Amino acid sequence: MKCVVTGSNVKVLGKAVHSLSRLGDELYLEPLDDGLTLRTVNSSRSAYACFLFAPLFFQQYQPATPGQDLLRCKILMKSFLSIFRSLAMLEKTVEKCCISLNDRSSCLVVQLHCKYGVRKTHNLSFQDCESLQAVFNPASCPHVLRAPARILGEAVLPFPPALAEVTLGIGRGRRVILRSYQEEEADSTTKAMMTEMSIGEEDFQQLQAPEGVAITFCLKEFRGLLSFAESANLPLSIHFGAPGRPAIFTIEDSVLDGHFVLATLLELDAHSQDLSSSEPHRPVPQLQDHSTLHQDNFASDDIDSYMIAMETTVGSEGSRALPSVSLTPGPQHHCGPGPESEEEDEAEPSPVPGTPPPKKFRSLFFGSILAPIHSPQGPSPVLAEDSDGEG
Amino acid sequence: MPLLTQRIQDESDQYCLVASLDNVRNFSTILKAIHFQDHATCFVTKNGVKVTVENAKCVQANAFIKAGVFQEFLVREEPIIFRINLTVLLDCLSIFGSNPMPGTLTALRMCYQGYGHPLMLFLEEGGVVTVCKINTQEPKETLDFDFCNTNVTSKIILLSEGLREAFSELDMTSEILQITISPDTPYFRLSTFGNAGSSHLDYPKDCDLMEAFHCNQTQVNRYKISLLKPSTKALVLSCKVSIRTDDRGFLSLQYMIKNEDGHVNFVDYYCCPDEDIPQAES
Repeated sequence: MKCVVTGSNVKVLGKAVHSLSRLGDELYLEPLDDGLTLRTVNSSRSAYACFLFAPLFFQQYQPATPGQDLLRCKILMKSFLSIFRSLAMLEKTVEKCCISLNDRSSCLVVQLHCKYGVRKTHNLSFQDCESLQAVFNPASCPHVLRAPARILGEAVLPFPPALAEVTLGIGRGRRVILRSYQEEEADSTTKAMMTEMSIGEEDFQQLQAPEGVAITFCLKEFRGLLSFAESANLPLSIHFGAPGRPAIFTIEDSVLDGHFVLATLLELDAHSQDLSSSEPHRPVPQLQDHSTLHQDNFASDDIDSYMIAMETTVGSEGSRALPSVSLTPGPQHHCGPGPESEEEDEAEPSPVPGTPPPKKFRSLFFGSILAPIHSPQGPSPVLAEDSDGEG
Repeated sequence: MPLLTQRIQDESDQYCLVASLDNVRNFSTILKAIHFQDHATCFVTKNGVKVTVENAKCVQANAFIKAGVFQEFLVREEPIIFRINLTVLLDCLSIFGSNPMPGTLTALRMCYQGYGHPLMLFLEEGGVVTVCKINTQEPKETLDFDFCNTNVTSKIILLSEGLREAFSELDMTSEILQITISPDTPYFRLSTFGNAGSSHLDYPKDCDLMEAFHCNQTQVNRYKISLLKPSTKALVLSCKVSIRTDDRGFLSLQYMIKNEDGHVNFVDYYCCPDEDIPQAES
């Protein structure tokens, strides 16, 4: 694989890496015939992000050397990010960026051609090729919002940086409301501040959602995509359904598109409060852990909504599992597994950085919310934010 | 005020060093460039002040502040040598704040009576005078790197802006920084070998950043990155840097720093090469 990015597109690429770095610790780089994909998934697998850069984005794009298979690679996000760390520097000094991947050197080579003829070459070691694939379909989401990224960016600006989750909903008069989300058990004295922003319908290019719907998702990842979309001056679309189902955030351009799939909280008590909920939210059985996630198990597995699952596909060596993340609409008539399976998965050791992701994975959604119903261990057995110890 | 001036004048007879300066920042900035250890040795001669800081017997930094930088510079005996806590000295010099309001200058009068006496600092800003006495210590012998021009094998003069970013982005997971200087490509290369992989930074011989390039023979040397990283302090203040290596692989980095008055000062860093050179992977 070899591709060459020039001019201002280097910064666009750098921005994309910055926004991916808000989610995951590893970057999956996969050249395809229709473009280069950069993907990542967070450690709790509740968020997935993908950027596809079309061949036209590049000055030169060659997905594979003739006669060779397409190569994929997984690298540490930190090391890739460090190349693009300073966006100001990318803009000011970098004229050209070449990324190449080949079998022989067994490293990903990123070369930056800078001003004054200075050349930076980074040889990054990568790990076994694995494909990270999410299966999701924005078209299956009943609700869609689309607005210029700037509108949404300004709306999330006042929220405190430490705030974990934000609720997005349609309030009275079809105003779009963003509100800081607070756990009910939260100590009212420490989380005394509630921020709410309301945006008029006229600011939206598309607003296809009834009054009263609301979803809650992680703000950090959302901010990551927003900052990218803002710098690229693109509109952002939010596709969502009932609480508990993943929300799909998309941006599209002629030469690139970006998809962020974020888990949403399952509202247990329909406490959308004065978002004027017109119908009570039926608690939707949410995503569960799956110990065996072979594709053929999907039908019989206890999935009641979309799920992000590790899918086992056959690798080139036949036996190697290629982990992938899929968000598939599941059959609606099954009920969730009992607490035992949850507990069992809680005890799963965190993946060691550098090992291929395990076939099993933990709760997709925020454990702190799931905990009261599904886990006998009390609140917060799984924290989506706690990614330190995990690969 | 006249009383104070009178007293200072009387006292100045007993000092072997009296130096005064309108703008203390002309002095403190240069000291900051070598501030990577707590203690420093000061040598004072009629030509000026040289402050030396060392670490691990492998790296030495020298700051030269020429007598001309001071408005008054009296030395009664030569040479004056003492050791001082540099951190304390810098704290005292910036006692009125390190970022003064525009238009206000802190003036400095520095006096030293001689061996065993404290270094006296009189700092004045807007009519407020602070007197600091910093105890001096027994001078320690400093390293002699014996870096002489005749043994220099390669010499490069670069505009500092070209190196600044490189040093700030050094992969600190790499234990060493490898410097390659050769008459052919890659001419001047900085390499690191860290956890994530290797990085090379190549500078062409003829570019606007490169003021001079002299090299007859390819030289590859490795230096402990932890020893070289502190030189970034000098690098960010400087406008030009001269990089020299001698036939033993010793490295000399010479930074040209212009102070607010336009005076040119120099800061030197000397560093020993890393002993065991494993076969270079590049």
